[in-house]
Amino acid sequence: METPTPVLRHTGSRAESRAPGASTAKPKSKLEVRGLQFYYGAYHALKNITMDIPERMVTAFIGPSGCGKSTILRTFNKMYALYPDQRAEGQILMDGENLVESKRDVSLIRARIGMVFQRPTPFPMSIYDNIAFGVRLFDRLMKRDMDERVKWALTRAALWDEVKDKLHQNGNSLSGGQQQRLCIARGIAIKPEVLLLDEPCSALDPISTAKIEELIHELKSDYTVVIVTHNMQQAARVSDYTAYMYLGELIEHGVTDQIFIKPQKKETEDYITGRFG
Amino acid sequence: MSAVPGSGTDYGFAMTVQRNGAPPPRAAAGGRWQDAAFAWLTRLFALVVFSILAAILVSLVLGSTQSLDKYGFSFLWRDDWNPVKEEFGALVPIYGTLVTSLIAMLVGVPVSFGIALFLTELSPTWLKRPLGTAIELLAAIPSIIYGMWGLFVFVPVFQLHIQPLLINTLGKVPGAGRLFEGPPLGIGMLTAGLILSIMVIPFITAVMRDVFELVPPLLKESAYALGGTTWEVVWRVVLPYTKIGVIGGIMLGLGRALGETMAVTFVIGNAHRLSASLMQPGNSIASALANEFTEAVGDLYFSSLIELGLILFVITSIVLALSKLLLMGLARQEGTRT
Amino acid sequence: MSDISAANPLYRARKRRNVLMLAVSAVALAFGLFWLVWILATLLYEGGSALLRVSLYYQMTPPPGADGGLANAIVGSLLMVGAGTLIGTPVGILAGTYLAEYGRSGWLASGTRFLNDILLSAPSIVIGLFVYSVYVAQVGHFSGWAGSLALGLLVIPVVVRTTDDMLKLVPDSLREAAAALGCPQWKMIVMVTYRAARAGIVTGILLAVARISGETAPLLFTSLNNQFWSLDMNRPMANLPIVIFQFAMSPYEDWQRLAWGGAALITLAVLALNIAARVLFRKTV
Repeated sequence: METPTPVLRHTGSRAESRAPGASTAKPKSKLEVRGLQFYYGAYHALKNITMDIPERMVTAFIGPSGCGKSTILRTFNKMYALYPDQRAEGQILMDGENLVESKRDVSLIRARIGMVFQRPTPFPMSIYDNIAFGVRLFDRLMKRDMDERVKWALTRAALWDEVKDKLHQNGNSLSGGQQQRLCIARGIAIKPEVLLLDEPCSALDPISTAKIEELIHELKSDYTVVIVTHNMQQAARVSDYTAYMYLGELIEHGVTDQIFIKPQKKETEDYITGRFG
Repeated sequence: MSAVPGSGTDYGFAMTVQRNGAPPPRAAAGGRWQDAAFAWLTRLFALVVFSILAAILVSLVLGSTQSLDKYGFSFLWRDDWNPVKEEFGALVPIYGTLVTSLIAMLVGVPVSFGIALFLTELSPTWLKRPLGTAIELLAAIPSIIYGMWGLFVFVPVFQLHIQPLLINTLGKVPGAGRLFEGPPLGIGMLTAGLILSIMVIPFITAVMRDVFELVPPLLKESAYALGGTTWEVVWRVVLPYTKIGVIGGIMLGLGRALGETMAVTFVIGNAHRLSASLMQPGNSIASALANEFTEAVGDLYFSSLIELGLILFVITSIVLALSKLLLMGLARQEGTRT
Repeated sequence: MSDISAANPLYRARKRRNVLMLAVSAVALAFGLFWLVWILATLLYEGGSALLRVSLYYQMTPPPGADGGLANAIVGSLLMVGAGTLIGTPVGILAGTYLAEYGRSGWLASGTRFLNDILLSAPSIVIGLFVYSVYVAQVGHFSGWAGSLALGLLVIPVVVRTTDDMLKLVPDSLREAAAALGCPQWKMIVMVTYRAARAGIVTGILLAVARISGETAPLLFTSLNNQFWSLDMNRPMANLPIVIFQFAMSPYEDWQRLAWGGAALITLAVLALNIAARVLFRKTV
């Protein structure tokens, strides 16, 4: 029986921007996950995850609701540390250091691994102050330098032209898509090494979604991007590597084209072709 | 206990039941006149409640006609209070009311904020409810208890230990030091203000805690995700987000402080004297009323006291109305946010 | 490039500020609890022994220097609190019923809710003045009824608020089920909705009772006080709060002892009612 037609289109731009060594040499890993377990209280949510997140590439996590993809994203920046009944065991190595057991202050980790959430979350302050918030935590910049950093971040997030005349207006005055790009700008303003995107387009209209997907293409030249999405087509459009998760386990992980055209596991194929989920 | 908004379908539904012509046989015994009568009864009592405040206002105005006629607006800034000569003025009690309430706010608001911060961000989950209940018990203690305890227990300690300290340190500061001059009497406006602050803490804390818990977790996580500390998340994100509700809570506390009677009466000293120093005795509107009303002789004396009550009523009603408007505004804002 | 490490001085200053502010908030909590504990301990210490003396409960309030108790004051308070509750509760429940069941968003409903909340926190001494003006001054004498009326006016806003809240919590599906059986609306409210919200409404009444048990100011110009035993509600009536006020402010040692005993008694009653209300409420939620 022949492989079913892929349910997605390849956009030419993605094929071009893929790093030349993607399909041949193994890329350098930014995050190495080894035997990661995660618990919500007694519930075993992530089971023995082992994988690598390659540097300066986009890795997408896909899978049905409840499979653990958001959970694993939130372990990368230790967001679970805010909640007493959540805990992780195992290893997440970044530059040789195990984030799970690191004694270092968690806010130092979070400054290097940024996150954008499912819904836009502008802070109740001006657009300028939203961007400056993270920067001010670690740098005392003169006004001129801060202005430049804000401009840089907003430009990188493809928002500068739309807000350059209203930087001192409240972040809430922007549209949904603009607010999410504001959150992305806020996340990259501190120049993290990794950028985690948790279903960043789920609350947005198709046009804003397209803009953000374009953004992701450009961001990966400077940042390692990990994106969680429930939209398979988005994963195919945007990512270099894809990981398929189901019920807390990593079923398959590989180059995006491989996963979508010729998946190795039947469970993956079932999900991709829409037989369930 | 905060209100949960109803679904709003009930009103239309109620009309349907009444419009549906003859009720089905089984409910014939219920009948439609009972429905109308019951509905009317509830509407009547709602009207009664609606009118109470207006009735109070009217009766106070009527009761103070004599002093209103005699003094007009000058009542507000006259500082005489001489029942024998029949000369009255509201300045001293108004001053005392405002000063004690201001002290209560200056001390009570930061403390309430600290407690609300602790309860929402620091406290382990199992401790939240008992601690919250303990703070709310402060509100349950009757104000006469605060008065008695204030006079017999707090005042001696204050007089012997704290006041001399304040007089010797803050009292020596040029300018502002005049607030802390004078012999340590124990009683006085400062004492009254401090005891009031303890009384308003549970009210302000409850509102702050409620509004802090309304902040969407995703918003707080965004701030943490950038590397913010707990304090920064609360001070720079939670507080600005909830500022309307916080101000509403503060105004609620202020409204309570302004009208408080027994606690203040025990410790304010009941002196119709205007002094710059907070250590001196003074008078508040409520304590003047409590002390003098039953012994007042003479229509003008009576009328002046009632006018004091009118002034207090108007001030507290405005403050409480503002508080309510702010808190309602917050509820509406929450409803429109996604 | 930002220095994202523990060596960054800005980072260290922020960390210190965080620890400091969180410590300050713990101090604030301790501050609040400190007063609670001190007040309760004082009451226990000063009034505890009086509470255990049986004669407190059957002897009348004495003149200074003589032996006595608080019997007339206790009974007077019970009578007036009871009467006040009986006056205020039906008004409160019915008005609250209007707010929740009939007028959800009309002008009378929103207006009543707004004004009711102001009344809830209004100075109780002004309520006393009001009852004085419209009742005491008209009939010419102080009385237990006047005191009960003033207390009733304090009960009303509490009961309106809690009845409104609790009735609104009852799901509409319950009402629709009753109507589908052909139940007329008034019966539906009384037999189904009230019953569903019963515990919450009772909680509200308990809280109102707790509130008025300790109120002194509204009684100052309405019921006054009575040194002797009297069950006549039409005359000035003895009550605990005013007795406490009078005895505490006096220079007599034995009167002050009795005042502490009364204070401990009232506080005990009020706290017990509050805790009972909470326990009852928790059972329903």
